Order: sequence, then structure tokens, then C-alpha cells
Amino acid sequence: MVDFSLWDILRNLILSARWTLVLSLIAFVGGGVVGAAFLVLRIWRPAVFDRPVGAYVQLFQGTPLLMQIFLSYFGLRLFGVQVSVWVSVSLALTLYTSAFLTEIWRGCVAAIPKGQWEASTSLALSFGEQLRHVILPQALRIAIPPTVGFVVQVIKGTALASVVGFVELTRAGNMIANVTYAPFTVFACVALTYFIMCYPISLYARHLERKLHVRGG
Amino acid sequence: MTISLDFLSVLAQWPLLATGVLWTLWLTAVAMVFGLVVAVACARARNTGPAWIAIPVGAYVELIRNTPFIVQLFFVFFGLPAIGVRLSPATASVIAMVLNLGAYGTEIIRAGLLATPRGQIEAARSLALTETQVFTRVVLPPALKRVWPALTSQIIIVMLGSAVCGQIATEELSYAANVISAMNFRTFESYIVATLIYLLLAIGLRRLLNWAGPRFVFGS
Repeated sequence: MVDFSLWDILRNLILSARWTLVLSLIAFVGGGVVGAAFLVLRIWRPAVFDRPVGAYVQLFQGTPLLMQIFLSYFGLRLFGVQVSVWVSVSLALTLYTSAFLTEIWRGCVAAIPKGQWEASTSLALSFGEQLRHVILPQALRIAIPPTVGFVVQVIKGTALASVVGFVELTRAGNMIANVTYAPFTVFACVALTYFIMCYPISLYARHLERKLHVRGG
Repeated sequence: MTISLDFLSVLAQWPLLATGVLWTLWLTAVAMVFGLVVAVACARARNTGPAWIAIPVGAYVELIRNTPFIVQLFFVFFGLPAIGVRLSPATASVIAMVLNLGAYGTEIIRAGLLATPRGQIEAARSLALTETQVFTRVVLPPALKRVWPALTSQIIIVMLGSAVCGQIATEELSYAANVISAMNFRTFESYIVATLIYLLLAIGLRRLLNWAGPRFVFGS
């Protein structure tokens, strides 16, 4: 049996936490791009895209992330795509993140007064120009606090990647608990590591939100 | 390569799926009742309690909200036996779910409590109600009414999160899907079916709570 000091446990957990961070980054960037694309489709031609995108959002918000990860993991293999666990987990987390982000951002765009659309239409701006110069700069300001807050959800969501064997923080915790026979200490350290990653972001999101409300939203 | 999907061999195992659904609903119901009690108590403690209680409650809320549910579950199920607390998978699941919903619920209900107009509390006091009566009869019901949609969403998130409890062999829906896939090797189909059932449960639960809230929780 290997002897693990508390420092050994922490050191290994911190090393594995970088995969949690990398995976979160992939999910957030990928989800942001897909989510933004859905958002634009939705405000460009609401009659055509509002329902399908709404259904997509409902599908991903109304089912467990764990199931989405399983389906991506087994589904890709079933359809003959032999990919690493990286790809299946990234795909599931990207789609999950995109569904939430597109819905958050839609709320922010909806909060822009109708007059802004009408005024910019009467100035003969094209749809793209309206978005770029009038709507998005205003929507972005109210979108930032909830988006930063959602980053915490993404980081916590990556913990489920451990279930299909992706070695990130939670999986590493499992493995270390199995060799050290010290599950109490190990899982407490795992929780602490997540807390150290997430809590500053939560505080920052709250700070941004307060600042926005002081300025009068 | 041709792909043949066979959903019938999954649906043939409907008794397993039904048991899984019942477990999921049971876990959610217990977690909801106890979680909301914890949430109301913690919300009040954090708003109006003395510092020696408000600070630990705040720490509990932030600790839960900033760590993944699966880690909380593993800590309860694998970690606690090391200090002599041995729990069955179902009990560990319920405890983790109650702690989780309790923390998120605290913040939601707290926002509802803080939105109470000052005059209502003063009016209730001037009618010689005790502090407890002021809270349970004047402050709490409208506060719950204000935040009921947010609470409903959170309860659904906890229900969906309970899929993770299958990882410690709690026999809920995702575990049933796992068992079925081990029997007929129709892994993808099993999880598709389970996922669709979760979707129906989420939609159904939202309707149920929208209906039940005004009737049983805060009175309309």
C-alpha cells in the first residue's frame, strides 16, 4: 500500500483540476458560440426558428446532464464514430451550455425596449447593423452578470464527465480515495478545490449584478 | 454500417423502468418536503438571526452552491462511513438532495422574504401578533408566492440531478436504464428511453407544482 500524505492528496487533486478547467473552457466557449448562433437565428426569423430553438432549450434543460453525457458517449460510438472520451464529453457539455446561454441571452435581448428596434429600423439599418450598433451593445451589458454566474454551473457540470471515465477533479478524487482508503479527507479536499474555483466567480457575478442595478439596469 | 435501434427490448423491461420512476419521484418528494423546511429555516436565520447562526448558515449555503452535487453525494456516501456514519444508498441520496435543495432554496426564499413591505410587518405587530405569528402568517406565505416559480425550477433541477444517485446504486431511473442495458446490451436505446421519461417527469412536475403551490403551500 502506498502512503499518501495530505499534501500528496492535494497535489494530485490540484493537478487534475486543470482538466476540469480545460473542459469548462471548452464547454463555455463552444456553448457560447452555438448559443449565440441560436440566439441570432431566433431574433432574425422568430416565426421560423423560435419554436425549434425553444424545443432544443426545453430538451436540454428538462433532462439530466448525466443522461446527455451518456447519450453522447454511447451514441457517437453506436453511429460508428470512434472518438475519445474528450470529444463525447465536450460535445455533451457544449450542447448543454449552449441551451442555457441562448436562453439567458434571449432574455437580455428581450429586455431591450421595442423602440430601439423601431428607431434603428427607421434609420434604415440592416438587421446586422441593428444588432451590431444598437441591440447587442445594450444587451451585452445586462447579459454579463448572469453569464458569469453560469460559468459556475459549467464548472460544476464537468464533474459528471467523471462518470464516463474522464479523469478530471472528481474522477481523480475517486481514484485517490480508492488507494488511500481515506474517502472523508479526499472528498472534502475535492469539494474544497471546486469551492476555491467557483466561489470567486460567484462573488464576481454578484458584484457585477449589484453594479448593474446601481447604474439603473 | 447499418444501425439498428431496438426500443422494444427496452420497453419490454417496463417494470424496471416503472420502479425506477417511482424511486425518482419518491426521492424528489422527500427531498422537496425536507429541503423546503431547511430552506425556510435557513432563510429566516440568515435574514434576521443572530450572527452566530447567520454566519454558519451562510457558509453552508455558499459551500453547497459552489460544489457539484455528485461530490456532495460521494462525500455523504463514501466519506461519512469513515467517521462512523454508515448510510444506505437511498438514505445518502436523500440527505445529499435535501442539503442541496436546502441551500439553493435558502437563497431563493431569502429574496422573497426581503421583498416584504415594511408596513405589513409593522401592521401585523401593531395587531399584537407574536414574532412567530408575524413570520408564519404575514411574511412567509406571500414570500413563498413571490418565489414559487423559482422554487419550482429548483425542485425540477434537483429531480433531474437525482440521476446521479444511480452512481451509488440507488435504484432510481438512471440506474434502471443501466440495469436494462446490462441485460440486453441496448445501451443507447435504454438511455434514450430514460432521458425521455425524465423530460416527461420534468414537464409533469412543473405542472403539478404550479397547480399545488396556490392550493397547499401559500394559499392564493
